[in-house]
Amino acid sequence: MATPLAATPAESGAAESAAARTALGTAEQLALFRTMVEIRRVEEGLVRAHQNGLVHGACHTYVGQEAIAAGVCAHLRPSDVVFSTHRGHGHALAKGVAAQEIAAELFGRETGCSHGRGGSMHLFKPEVGMMGTSGIVGPCILLAAGAGYSFRLQRTDNVAVAFFGDGASNNGAFHEGINMASVWDLPVLFVCENNQYATEVPYHTVSRNPDVAAKAAAYGLPSVIVDGNDILAVHAAAGEAVRRARGGGGPTLLECKTYRTRAHSEGMRDAGYRTAEEVNAWKERCPIKRFRSHLLEAASASSAELDQVEREVDALVANALAFAKDSPWPDPAMVTQHVYRSEGRAGGSVG
Amino acid sequence: MGEMTFVAAAREDLDEEMARDPSVFVMGQGIGARGGNFNTTMGLFEKYGPERLRDVPIAERGFVGMCTGAAATGTRPVVDFMFVDFILDAMGELINQTAKLQYMSSGRLTMPIVLRGCYGIGRASATHHSGAYYPIFVHLPGFRVAVPTTPADAKGLLKTAIRLEDPVLFLEHKSLLNTKGSVPEGEHLVPFGEAWVARRGTHLTAVAIGSMVPRTLEVAGRLAAEEVSVEVIDPRTLAPLDIDTILESVHRTGRLLIVDETYAPCGIGAEIAAQVVDRSFDDLDAPIRRLNGLHTPIPYSPPLEAAVVPTTEAIAQAIRDLLAE
Ligand SMILES: Cc1ncc(C[n+]2csc(CCOP(=O)(O)OP(=O)(O)O)c2C)c(N)n1
Ligand SMILES: [Mg+2]
Repeated sequence: MATPLAATPAESGAAESAAARTALGTAEQLALFRTMVEIRRVEEGLVRAHQNGLVHGACHTYVGQEAIAAGVCAHLRPSDVVFSTHRGHGHALAKGVAAQEIAAELFGRETGCSHGRGGSMHLFKPEVGMMGTSGIVGPCILLAAGAGYSFRLQRTDNVAVAFFGDGASNNGAFHEGINMASVWDLPVLFVCENNQYATEVPYHTVSRNPDVAAKAAAYGLPSVIVDGNDILAVHAAAGEAVRRARGGGGPTLLECKTYRTRAHSEGMRDAGYRTAEEVNAWKERCPIKRFRSHLLEAASASSAELDQVEREVDALVANALAFAKDSPWPDPAMVTQHVYRSEGRAGGSVG
Repeated sequence: MGEMTFVAAAREDLDEEMARDPSVFVMGQGIGARGGNFNTTMGLFEKYGPERLRDVPIAERGFVGMCTGAAATGTRPVVDFMFVDFILDAMGELINQTAKLQYMSSGRLTMPIVLRGCYGIGRASATHHSGAYYPIFVHLPGFRVAVPTTPADAKGLLKTAIRLEDPVLFLEHKSLLNTKGSVPEGEHLVPFGEAWVARRGTHLTAVAIGSMVPRTLEVAGRLAAEEVSVEVIDPRTLAPLDIDTILESVHRTGRLLIVDETYAPCGIGAEIAAQVVDRSFDDLDAPIRRLNGLHTPIPYSPPLEAAVVPTTEAIAQAIRDLLAE
């Protein structure tokens, strides 16, 4: 295939990550490590469950992109909100949705975070600010901007975050949303995870400009490009953007250059649009592997400590999957519940 | 009770609700200092300022998506589309997000959003500024649909719409905006799903919607001189629909005519007719008759425009035909 090699993360973000490497304490770094490992291991479990027929329908994994959800959500409070995409397991986990509720949701069970109404692409847990993953590419950008509008009217210092892909950046929702958020100084962080493909369509074939971040200039808001596989770089850039939004300084567009190393969706043929060499090169840049090496090199943690984190996460994931499998199915008698909040009039047979 | 126009009544209500609840805000084009193309927000900008009367860019999809996000996070947007035709640019957001978020979140997110716009024929506004579209919203789960026809109902239904936790399409017919009527002051709430029997009668039930209500009332008044007694029902909300009031009326009259300016296929008339047949077939002494707008885009030239919706003559003829059955 004549596809030029996708931009490598080494091309950007070096300065930010260098500054960040000194800023974080050990506990915070271990927490970031744990979040990434949890996302990875939960998804590995979900992939197996999908292969065994326990997860139904589509299942888009986040493998390779974990540093982004972990690095951004570390700055958020439960009252801050996240609007996510079809590739949203990582966002939900990082925002504080329990692994067992996510697993149960993908298994279609009553105990799932959306009570079985949603599945992989509709994970909801407003109690912790997880406002939904989505089956439609684009709207999360507008919904987050609207949440920012609410927060302004309510005089709170909450912030709203939209996660979305490079594909979404060509959608009208992106352009309309960042324009309005910018002109009204809304407390929103727009996080574009540029994994360089929208399903099988390479970004360079659908955008003359390879940088999504460059598009912010047209709308007058600040933007940053970071190495999305470098957790410390993501964490530092997101921290600055969240502080700006909270302090009334308006929105930021954060572009994280990254890569998904599994198929677009589980069970999809992952061939014909990218080479094995390219995928393998990016597997080498695995954000978890890289952070583990960094923590060891910097003597921030011992390998025993990191192994311990991994063992704890494995136990949590095993429990989550068992919980999901043992959970009851939802009751079909309740299938029309929650279409409306207010009562339709008795006898009214439409609506 | 004050005498006021339809548009002034709705505006008085919006003013009262904005004064009562600081989370209510309006987004639309020209609804700020200008007061709205149809004067829907006249005088409110001076009281509530630009944050709550937000003039927006021409990005219907964008501001509908934003208002949906706002409604999901504790505020109460009123989207003023000016001409409701412009809502079509936002249909993906409305159907996939606005109407579904409550369901997808198992009721933990609510969606208190009002989608208001002026609709319908009668002002030579031509094809892109004359549509109605409400049957589409009735078809879809998640929306409430209100079509007030009097100033009192404009106020009372808008008040209910703003206070509901569900998305409401609130439609104001352009030909009714300047009609006058008495309007209760202050707390006047008209519940959704309660039809208004606009005229009592015994020979035939005419269910009329929107602009067809005054038109059908005019015909009914004229036919009274010929000893023809027509009951006229204005459903006021189409979702929920008060089918009981219609069934009760048909039980007494045995004849049903449905007059609607929108299209016949998959329309409100088809839905009402099907429900009446399902539930009260034995009450019917004649086939149900529908009068609809012709199945065509709305043309510009006044005689062409007048030809696409049911006229008073057509309504009178349909009533005579049905009584002869
Ligand atoms: C509006 C819309 N069009 C098409 C699709 C089908 N679709 C699902 S994911 C996807 C690619 C999205 O690419 P990107 O935004 O880069 O996210 P990624 O999958 O790479 O994480 C497409 C086209 C959709 N879900 N929504
Ligand atoms: Mg992509």
